[in-house]
Amino acid sequence: MGGTLNLNHLLFLGHGALWTIGLSVIALIGGGAAGFLIALCRVSPSRLLRILAATYVQLIQGTPLLVIMFLSFFGLAAIGLNISPLLAAGASMTIFVAAYLGEIWRGCIEAVPKPQWEAAEGLALSRSQRMVKVILPQAIRIATPPTVGFMVQIIKNTSLASVVGFVELTRSGQIINNSLFEPFLIYSIIALVYFSLCYPLSRLSRRLERTALQKKPALA
Amino acid sequence: MNAHTPPPVSAGTAPVVALRNVHKSFGPLKVLDGVSFEVARGEVTVLIGRSGSGKSTALRCIDRFETIDSGEIEVCGLRVDNPQLDLRALRLDVGIVFQSYNLFPHLTIEENITLAPHSVKKVPKREAKTLAARVLEQVGLGDKLHAYPEQLSGGQQQRAAIARSLAMQPKVMLFDEVTSALDPELTGEVLKVIEALAADGMTMVMVTHEMGFARGIADQVVFMHRGKVHEAGPADILSSPATPELAQFVGTGL
Amino acid sequence: MGLELDFSVVLDRWQSLLDGAALTLELAFIAVICGALIGALGAIGRRGGNVLIARLCGAYVEGIRNTPLLVQIFLVYFGLSSLGLKFSAFTVAAVALTINVGAYTTEIMRAGFDSIHKGQIEAAEGLGLSKAQVYWHVVLWPAIERVYPALTSQFVLLMLASSVTSQISAEELTAVANYIQSETYRSFETYIVVALIYVVLSFIMRLGFWLLGLALFPRRRRLGTPL
Repeated sequence: MGGTLNLNHLLFLGHGALWTIGLSVIALIGGGAAGFLIALCRVSPSRLLRILAATYVQLIQGTPLLVIMFLSFFGLAAIGLNISPLLAAGASMTIFVAAYLGEIWRGCIEAVPKPQWEAAEGLALSRSQRMVKVILPQAIRIATPPTVGFMVQIIKNTSLASVVGFVELTRSGQIINNSLFEPFLIYSIIALVYFSLCYPLSRLSRRLERTALQKKPALA
Repeated sequence: MNAHTPPPVSAGTAPVVALRNVHKSFGPLKVLDGVSFEVARGEVTVLIGRSGSGKSTALRCIDRFETIDSGEIEVCGLRVDNPQLDLRALRLDVGIVFQSYNLFPHLTIEENITLAPHSVKKVPKREAKTLAARVLEQVGLGDKLHAYPEQLSGGQQQRAAIARSLAMQPKVMLFDEVTSALDPELTGEVLKVIEALAADGMTMVMVTHEMGFARGIADQVVFMHRGKVHEAGPADILSSPATPELAQFVGTGL
Repeated sequence: MGLELDFSVVLDRWQSLLDGAALTLELAFIAVICGALIGALGAIGRRGGNVLIARLCGAYVEGIRNTPLLVQIFLVYFGLSSLGLKFSAFTVAAVALTINVGAYTTEIMRAGFDSIHKGQIEAAEGLGLSKAQVYWHVVLWPAIERVYPALTSQFVLLMLASSVTSQISAEELTAVANYIQSETYRSFETYIVVALIYVVLSFIMRLGFWLLGLALFPRRRRLGTPL
C-alpha cells in the first residue's frame, strides 16, 4: 500500500466493514441470548435470581465498554486462554449487550398490561405456560422497536473492538491511515460507512415505534 | 339577514366587548360569517349553538387567540383586529378560562396564581401571595394554596384556574366551555363560582352547553348557527325562540 | 488454571487513579454543561419555523447518533489539526464529547418540548406573559422536568463513553489505566480496579443528579410522581 487512496484500500475497508457486521451479529445473537436470560431473571419469582441479575446489570452499565474490552482481553489471558481478538471482542460485546438488552426486554415484559397477566393466571396456566403462551408473544411485539434501535448502538460500539486488535471497520481505517496518513479523509469515509449501516436501522426503529403507538388504542 | 339582531344595549357607556361584522375562515371553511354583538359593562353574555357553529372561535377571537379575516373587534377600547395591537395590554384587561383548565402542572396552586401578577404586572412576591390567598378564598379553595394541580379534583382545578385569571383583575372574563370536561356532580361548584362573579358585576362572555345555567345567569343570549348570529336577545329567547333553529336547539340541548 | 491476582502494585498508584477519575468527571462535567446548552438550542431550532435551521439540526442529530464516538473523536482530532489548529488532547476530547452529547440532548429535549400541551402555552399567553416568559416558565422547565431521567442517564452514559478519549491520549481514567498496566504488567488487575472506579463514578453521578432533581423540581420532591 502507500501513496494515494486506491481500490485496494477501499477493498480493505470493505473487508473491515464486513467484520463490523459480523461482530454485530455475534453480539446480537450472544448478547440477545444472555440478555433474554437476564430479563427472565429480573422478573423471576426468585429473589436471589433477581438480585444477581440486577447486580450484573448495574456493574456492566456502570463500566465503559472500552474497559470491558480490556478486561476480556487480559482476563482471558490471565486464565490461560489463548487470546484471539475475535474471542475477546465477541465476549466483550456479548457481556455488554446482555446487560442493556436484558434491561430493555425486562421493561417490555413488564409493559404487558396487568390484566393479561391476571387473565393468564385465571386460566390456571402454570407460570412458564403463562410466560411462553401469553406474556412473551406480546412482549416481543413491544420489544421490536427498541431492539432494532439498540442494534444501532451495537454496530457503533463494535468500533471499540479496534483496541484489542480486532480488524473491523475502524481498525482497518487506522491501518490504512498508518501508510497513507490522510486521517481526515479516511475517517470521513469510515463515518459515512457507519452512517449508511446505522441510519436505515434508526429509521426502521422509529417507524416501528410509530406504528406501535398507532396500534396501541386498538389493543387496550 | 334573517337573523334577529339584539336590541340596542343601554346607551351612555361604550360596550366592553364589541364584534362588528367579523369574518374568519379556516382554509375553505367559513367559521365566522359576519358576526356582530356587543357586551355592556357588568353584563353576562352567553354564546350558544351546536358544535361547529363558531361560538368558541368567536370567543377566542376576542382574546386574539385567533386572528380574524375582516371586521372589527373592540375590547376595552383596544382594537383587537389591529395587527399592531399590544397583546400584553389586551390580556391584562381580558381573563380567559379554558375547558381543560390548563393549570401549570409543575407549579403549586399559589405559584400558578402568582406567576402572572409577579412577572407581568411586577407585583412584589409577598403582595402577589396575599392576592393569591384572597382569590382562592373567593372560589372556595382557601386551603389549597400549596397543593399541586394533580392533587385537586377537576372541579377544584377549574376553580383554581378561574382564581388564576381573577388575580390579574381583568375587566372582562371569557369562559370557554369551562364545565364540559367535568363530571356532572362537579359542574355545580364551578357554576356557583361563576354566578358569584356575575353577582359581583364582572363582565363575562361564556360559551356553555348548560342551558339551565344560561337561562339563569345571562343578560344576553347569542345563538350562533353556521357562523352567523342567528338569534340574540335576553335570556327569554330560550323559552320563546323566534327562529325554528333555536327552538330545535333548545329542544334538544336540554 | 493458575489465576493469581495481585492488586497491590495497582493500588499503590491510587494517586494517579484518583487524578484520572477527577479528569474523567471534569470532562463529563464540561461536556454535560455545554452539551445541555447545545441540546436546548438544537431542540428549539429543530422545532422552530425556519426550515433550513430545522434541517441542519436534524442532520446534526442523525449524523452524530448514527456514527461511533471513536470515529467522531478522530474526526475532531485530525480535523482541527488539518486546519492547523493545535489544541491539547483534553480540549479535543471535551469538544468531541460536547458535540456528541449535544446531539442526544437535542433529541431528548425535543421530546420534552413536544410533550408540552398547546393549552399550557395558551393559558400563559392569556395571562399576559411575554413569549420569553412563556418559554421559560411554561415550556422549558416542565419539559426539563419531564425528560430529566432520560437526560441524566444519557449524561452518565457520556461519562462512561469518555473513556474512549484515551485513544487520543486525553489523560482521563482509562488512559491512566493503560499507563499503569504497561508499567506493572498487572493488566487484568488494573482494569478490574478501574472498572470498579467507573461503577463508583456512575453511582456518584446518579446520586448527584438525583439530589439536583430534588432541588430543581419541588413538585417531584413532594409528590414523587413523574410530571
